[in-house]
Amino acid sequence: MELNIDKVAELARLNLKPEEKQKLAKDLGAILDYVKTLDKLDTSKVEPTSHVLDLENVYRKDEVKPSNAAEKALEHAPQPDGRFFKVPKIVQR
Amino acid sequence: MTDLCSLTLKEAIEVAKRDGAQPILDSFAKRAAALNPKVNAFLRFDPKKVSGAVQGSLCGVPVSIKDNICIDGREVTCASKILTKHVPPYDATVIEKLKTAGATIFSQCNMDEFAFGSSCETSAFGPCKNPWDLTRVPGGSSGGSAASVAADMTLAALGSDTGGSIRQPAALCGVVGVKPTYGRVSRYGLIAFGSSFDQIGPLTKTVEDAAILMNVLSGHDPKDSTSAPQPVPDFTQALKRGVKGLKIGLPKEYFIEGIDPEVEKSVRAAADLYKKLGAEIKAISLPHTEHSVAVYYIVAVAEASSNLGRFDGVQYGLRVPSKDLREMYFETRDQGFGQEAKRRVLLGTFVLSAGYYEAYYLKGQKVRTLIRQDFEKAFKEVDVILSPTSPTAAFKIGEKSADPIAMYLSDIFTIPANLAGIPAMSIPCGFTSSDLPIGLQLMARPFDESTMLRAAYAFEQETGIYKKKPKLG
Repeated sequence: MELNIDKVAELARLNLKPEEKQKLAKDLGAILDYVKTLDKLDTSKVEPTSHVLDLENVYRKDEVKPSNAAEKALEHAPQPDGRFFKVPKIVQR
Repeated sequence: MTDLCSLTLKEAIEVAKRDGAQPILDSFAKRAAALNPKVNAFLRFDPKKVSGAVQGSLCGVPVSIKDNICIDGREVTCASKILTKHVPPYDATVIEKLKTAGATIFSQCNMDEFAFGSSCETSAFGPCKNPWDLTRVPGGSSGGSAASVAADMTLAALGSDTGGSIRQPAALCGVVGVKPTYGRVSRYGLIAFGSSFDQIGPLTKTVEDAAILMNVLSGHDPKDSTSAPQPVPDFTQALKRGVKGLKIGLPKEYFIEGIDPEVEKSVRAAADLYKKLGAEIKAISLPHTEHSVAVYYIVAVAEASSNLGRFDGVQYGLRVPSKDLREMYFETRDQGFGQEAKRRVLLGTFVLSAGYYEAYYLKGQKVRTLIRQDFEKAFKEVDVILSPTSPTAAFKIGEKSADPIAMYLSDIFTIPANLAGIPAMSIPCGFTSSDLPIGLQLMARPFDESTMLRAAYAFEQETGIYKKKPKLG
């Protein structure tokens, strides 16, 4: 199996417990085996679909409108500090 | 007073016009309080706070909301521990539209965590139960929305549908569920799962009720750059035109091994009824159907892993105190997400990671094109496609939760419409021998919900199946 659970968990920012790691690795292996059935289709001349609507460059005017969403968002933040979200130290010395 | 709870949305609006909405709200508050401990359809609901003014086209009647849609000032959880105590600072566009139309925003409905599931069992707050048999699942992920409508705990509810999350629970609970065309309804304020698939839609007791809510919910929204500028017709207008001359396709790939014989029989009987009503039934083929589930579990999980990147403990919800920022991300996400969320985040991260992107993600997007083309070809021959909504009726709680692929395959008939972005809906079409509802799926051309609703209405009015209710206290 090509999936390295530790590497993927690191990329996904998940600390997996040893007991869940084994089960998840097994599940993911089975799912990847299943989706590999797509390989039997020749898609060399097929364009990918990233989106179903034919919309391009959707713009709107950049206008200031009244909003107090920022203050309300901070009200329920885990650790607000004035107008900021406070987080633990990023660089440890 | 229980009588008021058994009204349809349309009937309740008439009653509210005459007597005000309060008696209706009181009845629902009482019934919901009595039944919720059994059904667990509602995550949060406070019967004392319920009040509604008689205004707008909906006249104050109660509509419940799947708990992944933001309501200003009311906690939202996505049935996940990671959003603990998160209170959105704004209304989703659909909530704004419901409020403007005079609806009372009633309860917040249970669901699979982040809409990841087909059974409502992955909710961090306990599974929702099927009102027809409390030992069975209501389907998912909008299980609470479907169960509450089926149990007469609310007049109607909103759900969201990424791979069948409105239609499959509607089928398993015996109610009507509509997934609009991608772009028809604004996603602003819907907590995202698969951004190129997600659509909000109504779950209701009747097709006409669904049309009434589609009129309220639909339309372009400058706040959602993927909402479509297409004009919105009055969906209630076309309902009564009948199906004479309508071309209905039966895709042979949807009647396969593994489908419950009772489900197949019921859906084929529905096709016969349509023929009797004057529609033309044609055998069609959607050759890439078998690949839908594989495409979905590449592309949708990729989008999900990206969308769930924002849950890191910084701005909202759970934060696990840690010595540094990096550790805080890892610990918050480990403790906050349930198993299915972790499974999908890991899978999505993997298919997008360097070295695997082309083999999985790009391949999935290419096969998505083939599936879209299947529908484009089919809709040159027919106006509506008819199929089962789900291969089986409601399964037992715990029956499929240990095997992710078995669970994923229960969405095989609903996923293709999301991949193609077309409108699709489920209506009740019969019952199994053990009295469990069976759902019929109708799919139509992009932005042609009117024809789909018209076909659904003709069947519903002819059979009257929607009048049968589950026996609950």
